[in-house]
Amino acid sequence: MANPTRPVSPHLQIYRWHIHMVLSILHRTSGVALAAGLVLWVYWLAAAARGPESFATAQGLMGSPLGLLVLFGFSAAFFFHFCNGIRHLFWDAGIGFALDTVMRSSWFVVGASAVLTVLAWVFACTL
Amino acid sequence: MAEFSLPANSRVGKGKFHPAPAGAKRVKRFNIYRWNPDDGQNPRLDTFEVDLDDCSPMVLDALIKIKNEVDASVTFRRSCREGVCGSCAMNVDGTNTLACIKAIDDVGGDVNVYPLPHLPVVKDLVPDLSTFYAQYAAIEPWLQSESAAPAKERLQSREERAKLDGLYECVMCACCSTACPSYWWNGDRYLGPAILLQAYRWLVDSRDEATGERLDALEDPFRLYRCHTIMNCAKTCPKHLNPAKAIAEIKKMMVERR
Repeated sequence: MANPTRPVSPHLQIYRWHIHMVLSILHRTSGVALAAGLVLWVYWLAAAARGPESFATAQGLMGSPLGLLVLFGFSAAFFFHFCNGIRHLFWDAGIGFALDTVMRSSWFVVGASAVLTVLAWVFACTL
Repeated sequence: MAEFSLPANSRVGKGKFHPAPAGAKRVKRFNIYRWNPDDGQNPRLDTFEVDLDDCSPMVLDALIKIKNEVDASVTFRRSCREGVCGSCAMNVDGTNTLACIKAIDDVGGDVNVYPLPHLPVVKDLVPDLSTFYAQYAAIEPWLQSESAAPAKERLQSREERAKLDGLYECVMCACCSTACPSYWWNGDRYLGPAILLQAYRWLVDSRDEATGERLDALEDPFRLYRCHTIMNCAKTCPKHLNPAKAIAEIKKMMVERR
């Protein structure tokens, strides 16, 4: 498609962001974030296996304000990817393609992942 | 490969300003993408003020008025002016549509008019659709049949015919394909929503006997499976069709024939 003499017409720069397009790119970024976040879990498990001292360090890191922020982001990414993934399963079965359904399911995914994230943290804080 | 920013020769600069005629009461600004292949300059955005009291209601009407009365060099495709030919497909107010059936009043604020996204520009609002048409040819969009032709036409039941509803109405304007980020990044290998909707139109035609070969041709990581259900295609289709649904049905056929 590339023709060096002709300009490429603007795309991302001018296209209007609808909710389904936002969620699509968020699905991919949250997937990448979850994969990266696994390193954190491996570190945590490895610290637990190494002994009480390293585990205490790991717990301290995770419990610090920055650690909590990262964990919050991780959990939000997880619940969003989870909810949107279920929507993708419906789509793979050919269900839920009507435009008004897509709009409603988009906002439902946003709401459900927010509620699940908050519930998880309320539960975690009461432990 | 995905390139998210525009190459240096494609960045859009500031253009000319054409004010409304004196005494105009209902003035609307049209910001129109311009690129002239002959002057060696970068694309620019020209602003035209149009008196809506002296203009018919659609975006295409305003473009024709501008071309007739202000700047005859403004270049765009148009033919039927009633949404059946697909010629005047362009990006208006951030989404792709047919300028002839897009009401000016549906746009709040300035009317931004660009060519269909992520295509080589021939001039102004005219993009190069050669790849798009070559991809259409690649799916062999005609009835293919091995069995002997009947004495009269090949009959369909009402139910079989009904399967073509929502598919045959496509006018091949390329709005959906050029709204699709997957097609932006992989348009040379991914067929895109319009072509895949057409492919499905032949796959579900009860008279067509090349279903297996057609599916074989689509069984490819790029041609079919670059669809990530972003849904821009269905959202932008000026004929209110649903290419994403057609693509999902093709994916289901792929699974079912295993």
